[in-house]
Amino acid sequence: MKPLLSAPFKTASDGHGVIMDKVMLALTPATAIGLFIFGWPALFLFSITLVSAFGWEALCLRVAGKPVRATLADHSALLTGWLVALSLPPWAPWWIGVLGGFIAIVVGKQVYGGLGQNLFNPAMLARVALLVSFPLEMTAWPIPGTPIGSSLPGLGESWGIFLGQPIADGYTGATSIGYLKTELSRGKLLPAIADEWDYSLWADLAGFLRGGSLGETSAIALLLGGLWLLREKVITWEVPSSLLLTVALLAGAAGILDPMHQPGLWFHLSSGGVVLLAFFIATDYVTSPNSRMGQIVFGAGCGALVFIIRSWGAYPEGVAFAVLLMNSLTPLIDHYIQPRIYGRDFKGHPLELEGKP
Amino acid sequence: MWKPYLSLMFKPGTIRGGVHPEPRKEATAKEAIETAFPLPPMLYLALQQHVGKPAEPVVRVGDRVLKGQLIAAGQGHVSAPLHAPTSGIVYDIMDYPSAHPSALPTPTILLEPDGLDEWRDGIHEIDPYSLSAEAIGTLVGMAGVVGMGGAAFPSRVKLNLGRQRRIETLIINGGECEPYLTCDDRLMRERSEAIVDGIRIMMRGLECRRSIIGIEDNKSDAIAAIERAVAPWADRIAVAVLPSLYPMGWDRQMIRYLTGLEIPAGGRATDIGVLMHNVGTAYAVQQAIRYQKPLIGRVITIGGGAVERPRNVEAPLGTPLSALLEFCGYRPDRKARLVMGGPMMGEALPHANVPLVKGTSGILALSADEVAATEAKSCIRCSRCVTACPVGLLPLEMMSRIRAGQLEAALKFGLKDCINCGSCAYVCPSEIPLVHYFKYANGELMAQQQAKHKSEQTRKLAEERQARMDRIRQEAAAQAAARKAQALAQAEARKAAKAAQTARSAESQSVEEAT
Repeated sequence: MKPLLSAPFKTASDGHGVIMDKVMLALTPATAIGLFIFGWPALFLFSITLVSAFGWEALCLRVAGKPVRATLADHSALLTGWLVALSLPPWAPWWIGVLGGFIAIVVGKQVYGGLGQNLFNPAMLARVALLVSFPLEMTAWPIPGTPIGSSLPGLGESWGIFLGQPIADGYTGATSIGYLKTELSRGKLLPAIADEWDYSLWADLAGFLRGGSLGETSAIALLLGGLWLLREKVITWEVPSSLLLTVALLAGAAGILDPMHQPGLWFHLSSGGVVLLAFFIATDYVTSPNSRMGQIVFGAGCGALVFIIRSWGAYPEGVAFAVLLMNSLTPLIDHYIQPRIYGRDFKGHPLELEGKP
Repeated sequence: MWKPYLSLMFKPGTIRGGVHPEPRKEATAKEAIETAFPLPPMLYLALQQHVGKPAEPVVRVGDRVLKGQLIAAGQGHVSAPLHAPTSGIVYDIMDYPSAHPSALPTPTILLEPDGLDEWRDGIHEIDPYSLSAEAIGTLVGMAGVVGMGGAAFPSRVKLNLGRQRRIETLIINGGECEPYLTCDDRLMRERSEAIVDGIRIMMRGLECRRSIIGIEDNKSDAIAAIERAVAPWADRIAVAVLPSLYPMGWDRQMIRYLTGLEIPAGGRATDIGVLMHNVGTAYAVQQAIRYQKPLIGRVITIGGGAVERPRNVEAPLGTPLSALLEFCGYRPDRKARLVMGGPMMGEALPHANVPLVKGTSGILALSADEVAATEAKSCIRCSRCVTACPVGLLPLEMMSRIRAGQLEAALKFGLKDCINCGSCAYVCPSEIPLVHYFKYANGELMAQQQAKHKSEQTRKLAEERQARMDRIRQEAAAQAAARKAQALAQAEARKAAKAAQTARSAESQSVEEAT
């Protein structure tokens, strides 16, 4: 540590660790609700995923000959592990968590050169790789327990689930969007589905109704965390607002045009990982564009892809695929969308003077 | 209102980027300017205190000079003369450490004060408004006035430029957005009448009808004082209160904020009918014109945690900065970094044994807790630097290109448009010294350009030599050929003549025989 030689001699920096800690703090309410309604197996999986991410990061740093302790202190591996855990089915076996941490940290981040170098969002890369490789484990969604938790398995049974014992049928069900997709694919129309379905927007928003990953249960808690991050200036408004607005516009328009098949904007905004995506995934510094305009385009692209994949794709949820596709476009967006430089037009030519003598 | 010159017109009041560094101005802002600074035993007057050619001494070692007497004359179009800050003896003319990060010695006049502080003749008050515009420009130049905000650009050149182009608005920069510095603030509070007088003199010199004084809203006393002073001329001089947002004092930022006009890249403020001067310059102009006093001293902020009595001091040019620091209770044991100027854009000095020059607005002895001690970490592309940049650049992209040695690529991202304001490095959570990278790259590019220029010159010389040699050889060959041809022709002629002669003799013979 040396005093700076060149101006500015003082900086406002709060360091990487503070940023990552704030994001984790913002994720805490949603995570707490998820752990509460999914019980012990969820807590075990959450813990092993974080430990795995942290461990792989330490190993990679050691192998690469980088400072291990100082780099771990930025807490970026913990945050990545946390986001992986939020995107997994809460009762997945332990090795899913370990593998998820490995894919996110080693394949998704360290092989590119570590923090700041990766092209894809590591957590989403892990989720997609696991989903494609282990479709069975990755789509077994437990039904949330009642707020008291009486319907949840006990500690012993939970440990069994964690170690990979098959989950009893009574515990699992579909996510909201998964259920809707299945029913629609059977040729049913929305009014008929709604008749047999105890769907409630508020229960879906709060996260107490249907199965899903930790990150898609309580949209309200995630939204509050996201708004706090905005207030703390950890993230900026461009990506979340353009993303949510695009989903709302497309889903709203589709709901009006095709009410038999399209559930409308509130369903799309509240279900799945849209809120998590808007505030915590798509806002990832490393994998999103760096100009304000670029970020707006990026958010809108994510939102549009989410809607397209959900409506016409093979998977019921498109959040992870959407963000990975847009991640791959980030360098292109950064190349074509750059801020206007003072005294120049957007092409970089000096501004023209009118009436120049 | 005037007709906009610019095709791309912005709404006045737009600001791009900017940061809020801790102002840290309280300590010096509350103290009046100290005018009783004792004359130091020796003054070191650097010949290069301004942008342009250095001044040329017109005194010799041993001469006695009077206060305000010309001691070095400006040379060429862009230059400024230098005057004796007090009466005394020219002790030496030698190389002395300069007020520059390198502190390399530059030609300097050493003046030993005699303590009499005796003015030269002809210092009396005149009516500036009886002078012509040209005379004002000339007198400002003769008084050695330069931009007092730090740029030190000769004011005469700027005023003349202004007269060549029609100036609609003279903007006076009272932004003083750098933390710690309060010399302009104090000047505005204590000498507002003189500043406004100076503004009116400059308006006359520019034949310009409108002026705006821009002051940041954290200087309420200065705003009140200036507003009182401009009251009689409120129809032509306006006071604009600006938000305190660094770098508001960047001329182009303030011009856009006040007029909505952007200066085209590569152009000057005069291109859009605007000219900007610092409040300190307005004061210096007033002193130079109304009282015929050349620029021989200035107000400087002495601050920082390693100074016990931080304040503004009016000191003669050439005063060693060490003397100013000691006057304010310097504690070298607490000092971590010595900075000339403000902490955002100032330069680190290796030591304080360098003289005060016309462009020095502050000297800060920063203590360890006032200087960031950091280890740069990897860029996480958070793009805070992009948001903070007042120019609209992508500092992170330029930095990554420079790190990879791709200076040309950094140029394409607008490296040359960077103003080194430091906003990007200030907000960077990875504590990357971005400005350091940009300064390095610009220096490296300049060196490359010089090397290229040199090799081009060498190549040109070699080619010229080759061409010359070829020409000489060709000429020689041509001459040889010509000689040969001539010789051949002569030989032919001789042969022909001989043949003719033989024929003639044969003929005559035959004639003879016949007869």
